[in-house]
Amino acid sequence: MNILKFFTAGSVDDGKSTLIGRLLYDTDSILADQLEALQSSNRKNDDGTIDLAILTDGLRAEREQGITIDVAYKYFQTEKRKFIIADTPGHIQYTRNMVTGASTANLAIILIDARNSVVEQTIRHSYIVSLLGIKHVVVCINKMDMVDYSETVYNSIIEKYKVLAQQLKLEDVTYIPVSALKGDNVVQNSGNMEWYEGESLLHFLEQVDTDHLDRSQLARMPVQWVVRPQTDELHDYRGYAGRVLSGTFNLNDKVNVLPSGASSTIEKIEFFDEELDAAHAGESVIIHLKDDVDISRGDTIVNASALPQESKLIEADLCWMDARALDTSIMYNIQHNSKVTKCKISEILHKVDINTLEKHAAEEFKLNDIGRVIVKTADALAFDLYDDNRANGSAILVDSRTNLTVGALMFRAAVE
Amino acid sequence: MSTYNFDYLDELEAEAIHILREVAGQFEKPALLFSGGKDSITLVRLAEKAFRPGKFPFPLVHIDTGHNFEETITYRDKMVERIGEKLIIGSVQESIDQGKVVEQTGKNASRNALQTVTLLDTIAKHQFDACIGGARRDEEKARAKERIFSVRDEFGQWDPKRQRPELWNIYNGKIHKGENIRVFPISNWTELDVWNYIRREKIELPSIYFSHERDVITRNGQLMAASPFLNMDDEDVVFRKQVRFRTVGDMSCTAAVESEATLIDDIIAEISASKISERGARLDDKVSEAAMEDRKKGGYF
Repeated sequence: MNILKFFTAGSVDDGKSTLIGRLLYDTDSILADQLEALQSSNRKNDDGTIDLAILTDGLRAEREQGITIDVAYKYFQTEKRKFIIADTPGHIQYTRNMVTGASTANLAIILIDARNSVVEQTIRHSYIVSLLGIKHVVVCINKMDMVDYSETVYNSIIEKYKVLAQQLKLEDVTYIPVSALKGDNVVQNSGNMEWYEGESLLHFLEQVDTDHLDRSQLARMPVQWVVRPQTDELHDYRGYAGRVLSGTFNLNDKVNVLPSGASSTIEKIEFFDEELDAAHAGESVIIHLKDDVDISRGDTIVNASALPQESKLIEADLCWMDARALDTSIMYNIQHNSKVTKCKISEILHKVDINTLEKHAAEEFKLNDIGRVIVKTADALAFDLYDDNRANGSAILVDSRTNLTVGALMFRAAVE
Repeated sequence: MSTYNFDYLDELEAEAIHILREVAGQFEKPALLFSGGKDSITLVRLAEKAFRPGKFPFPLVHIDTGHNFEETITYRDKMVERIGEKLIIGSVQESIDQGKVVEQTGKNASRNALQTVTLLDTIAKHQFDACIGGARRDEEKARAKERIFSVRDEFGQWDPKRQRPELWNIYNGKIHKGENIRVFPISNWTELDVWNYIRREKIELPSIYFSHERDVITRNGQLMAASPFLNMDDEDVVFRKQVRFRTVGDMSCTAAVESEATLIDDIIAEISASKISERGARLDDKVSEAAMEDRKKGGYF
């Protein structure tokens, strides 16, 4: 059994919360006392049934306003998989929440109201999915019950979406007609849409292969911590602890340590009381090198056969996440895995209107703005392009005045 | 390329280890909050996996309400001796004796709320800048939105509206003086995941997690262990029952469930079929719909 992390964006009216509520409810993931709390709540659907949306509305302000204002993580499990849902609001003022939720997901669910077809927010959500490099997309055409379960309506929406998907280079898109409210094609296949031959949403989510085993050739491990027991019996022990971001390290592999560029060979890979032949993407291990090289937190161990880029000048997509606008005259901290260094945004190349996908020149970068910038860093970063290696192609900006995380960066090119 | 089997428990474990090492790397004076419950026991195991053969880069901190199950304290002391790490105890009784908090009265009196003060005092006294805890997002709806690195202000308060975006696997631990960060390495685990991990790792637990016979009373529809810490009166009828505890907290606010589960396998079967969620057995969440959110804002774990 493995884990599928998926992301949903949607506005109140799409029935996104209802869809998630339905997934939880129909997979028996709601426990009795939570159900009791639900039933005693005074929010009900028009027909008197339980409003499943309440299940995903966490904070009091959200309950009062009936909207989702943050990222909520929800968990459920079937016999085949463990699921982690990053559930975010879909309005434009919550773009940063969507970006946050999308950053850890390997699949996205896009909801389309069958009555409205592809609208502005569909473009916005799909753009974020594409920006954050989520490879698998499921388009749920919801509220099919409101359009008499019409195949014609469904097909016309698909045709429209295909154009958008192509424009955004979304390659793996699956379409499912559903009614979250009535439960059609969410967990069980619907009897109301005989014309639909595909799987129910849950069945699809259980089966989809999300390449969770990273086959990348780019072996990368940022060093988080140096283990040095300094006891009599382990006097010379020096292990580099970290989580393999991508690729695989094997015993005796030639590796480089960046930024110093020192080269060495992997002598030993440890995981607690085991010695391993290899360390794979996702695993947290301790690596020992044959040579005595100076390594500390913030350095990255990489395979010598596929080196990352190194630069102090990087072109990147930026999503601004703070109420205080970007100030191109001040220094920020950039955090790239375990490495932190100072940086400036030296140039704004363009901003994107995420409702229309149009690019335009800009001087300002405010909350929820997305666009292309040049980042100038104090120390060179050893990075990969986001499209090649999400984990080593992303970074955050931290404002040293407030310590807040103010920006999300996706590296697109080293500037020559 | 070699093949490998990386299942969901491996992934959750690797993520938690990564988070613990980020704490070690980013903070000057972290601490691991240890309650003696299964979640913090799991954290200790994860810390061993993150830092051995080195020492933990943090002490364990136990906020002792003085109303503990004896079995928990026995377990704690034995475990600390086994792992050879430092234990710091913050005492709620001491906070009461110093007049910093006032013992609650009435039938539902508990020291659960008082421990917030002791916790904040202990953090201030030792100047901890990060406190690792075993909270999980599946426990409660306010927790579902909390970050893995969650900033608390000088007064220990959590502000759900001012949470930092947390992207990819990058954790921003930068804080101002006086603030601290609560870190939740097992945020993405469910109760069942924790139990499956305990089974897989063969982790020993305090005996109260397993079925045993005990004197109990019924309070607000739930079974409570009869103890001197519970304000009982003539209306309370004490009886023997075969029970176990699903969480380990203060004796005055942790309810028992009827159970015959004597082995981890029994417990996992029981939880899989259960219709009461874990925090349902905690009276402290029942006060109002927003109970947890309010306590978290006030500095509760």
